[in-house]
Amino acid sequence: MAKVARLARLALAPDEIERMTAQLDGMLEHFADVDALDLTDVAPMTQPFPLVNVFRADVVQPCLDREEVLAAAPASEDGRFRVPPTVGLEG
Amino acid sequence: MTADGTSTPSAAAVAAAVRSGATKAADVVEQHLAAIAAREPEIHAFNTVLAEQARERAAQIDASVAAGNDPGPLAGVTVALKDNMCTRGVPTTCSSKILDGWKPPYDATVVNMLRDAGAIIVGKTNLDEFAMGSSTENSAFGPTRNPHDTSRVPGGSSGGSAAAVAAGFSQIALGSDTGGSIRQPAALCGVVGVKPTYGYVSRYGLVAFASSLDQIGPFASSVEDAALMLDVIGGHDPHDSTSIPQRHPSLTEAIQQGVEGLRVGRITDLPEGADPDVQERLDAAFEALRAAGATIVDVQVPAFTFGLTAYYLIAPAEASSNLARYDGVRYGLRVDAADTNEMYGVTRAAGFGDEVKRRIMLGTYALSAGYYDAYYGKALKVRRLIHDDFERAYQQADVLLTPTSPSVAFKFGSKGDNPFAMYLCDTYTIPTNLAGHPGMSVPFGTGAEGLPVGVQVLAGTLQEPVMFRAAAALERALS
Repeated sequence: MAKVARLARLALAPDEIERMTAQLDGMLEHFADVDALDLTDVAPMTQPFPLVNVFRADVVQPCLDREEVLAAAPASEDGRFRVPPTVGLEG
Repeated sequence: MTADGTSTPSAAAVAAAVRSGATKAADVVEQHLAAIAAREPEIHAFNTVLAEQARERAAQIDASVAAGNDPGPLAGVTVALKDNMCTRGVPTTCSSKILDGWKPPYDATVVNMLRDAGAIIVGKTNLDEFAMGSSTENSAFGPTRNPHDTSRVPGGSSGGSAAAVAAGFSQIALGSDTGGSIRQPAALCGVVGVKPTYGYVSRYGLVAFASSLDQIGPFASSVEDAALMLDVIGGHDPHDSTSIPQRHPSLTEAIQQGVEGLRVGRITDLPEGADPDVQERLDAAFEALRAAGATIVDVQVPAFTFGLTAYYLIAPAEASSNLARYDGVRYGLRVDAADTNEMYGVTRAAGFGDEVKRRIMLGTYALSAGYYDAYYGKALKVRRLIHDDFERAYQQADVLLTPTSPSVAFKFGSKGDNPFAMYLCDTYTIPTNLAGHPGMSVPFGTGAEGLPVGVQVLAGTLQEPVMFRAAAALERALS
């Protein structure tokens, strides 16, 4: 579960992980009800309707206002989102 | 009718009166703001009440009528919006700390459609965080209380919207339904609630939970008002490529027809678990439709019972992906840390509540290498079985009737710490979302403690007209 939390980018406390492990175990036990089904020739269903890709006409359209978008960000600078360092932290 | 028993004019009647100038939109708004002032502190249906905006909008509508213009089919009708629909410049929180205070830079398509139709938005309603729950207890801002009995939940996740209509705070409300989040609270609050066919209403601007299941729909005090609302918000939207590219037939016209000759299906292998008072109302509903001229037929939907398993793998899987966007970069909460990766982890741990974390964990697990086929892949196949079983049933029956919720509204905290006990609330609503079909809950009398009971009407893809006819017949049978 600690690995799953890492994949999910959730910095959970050890007691949270312990509690969640027990709860998820209980759920997975219930989910075993489908194990008796023969699903060999069943096609997976990802969407209610078959989707086809859609292209819009290649015409310039109004877009979101940059200042309004950046105003909602936790931090911005020079018209861009500002984040803590991503690379160059090691060594 | 509202929870305190007062009868209010229908949205259709209000719109007609406002359009003709006989009633002022300003007066309609003041009546609803007065109802909110009187009972909202006790109910907590709203995260945000938009009193001033509503007054300004009402003045515009009245001016438009005075100038000889038609403000639209919802002129002066008050509407409450679930707080997971984007409203430009107005906080949209999803009842989560991670979006507390966020003001979207755009409006959802349904919000634009409501404005164009002359509706007046009175507020943004409370929900289970990110629409994950069946009681509205998972809101980061505290629960909503059921207007029929404030010691009980209103259902969820759209509990605030259901309570707003039941308490007379607004004539209509919009909610979203991923596994029952419109129909179950509608049943528990004694109002009509509709989940349309997947793609019937644009999802553009609806904050995504599980994209292949989410659908917006109305709450109303009557089947007619729900039809009126859906006639306004249904239709194709170029901004949502999953919205169905066709015009929908008028539901307000459809409900003029009766149910003579309609085939109403009873699912003989429906999962057990409905309380006796709920079952008794369902039996009465079959009898009412038979008396109105419908034929009752027995059908089977064997995979119905596997809906919970398929749903609780597919919905969390999609949610774990959709909620990856809350990373402290572009909007909402950020908890500072030395580098981006650490910032993501601490921000998300601080911003999300327990149920949301649980579902992200479950979804991430179901999608992870080595487990994908055993969980997510298998759930997609079960989803196909459910869809195909329903399709076979709809060859024999035009509509199906089931309970909406296994029980009437329950007490706060009564599901305890076991998440699965709460998930069972959606036993009867979930399979419809997996199939993509429409479903609606209609109030049909009362059960234990005099609390409302809803009956669920289900139909095949885009069969809203026949579903609404059956619902209208049930409503007539009670009046």
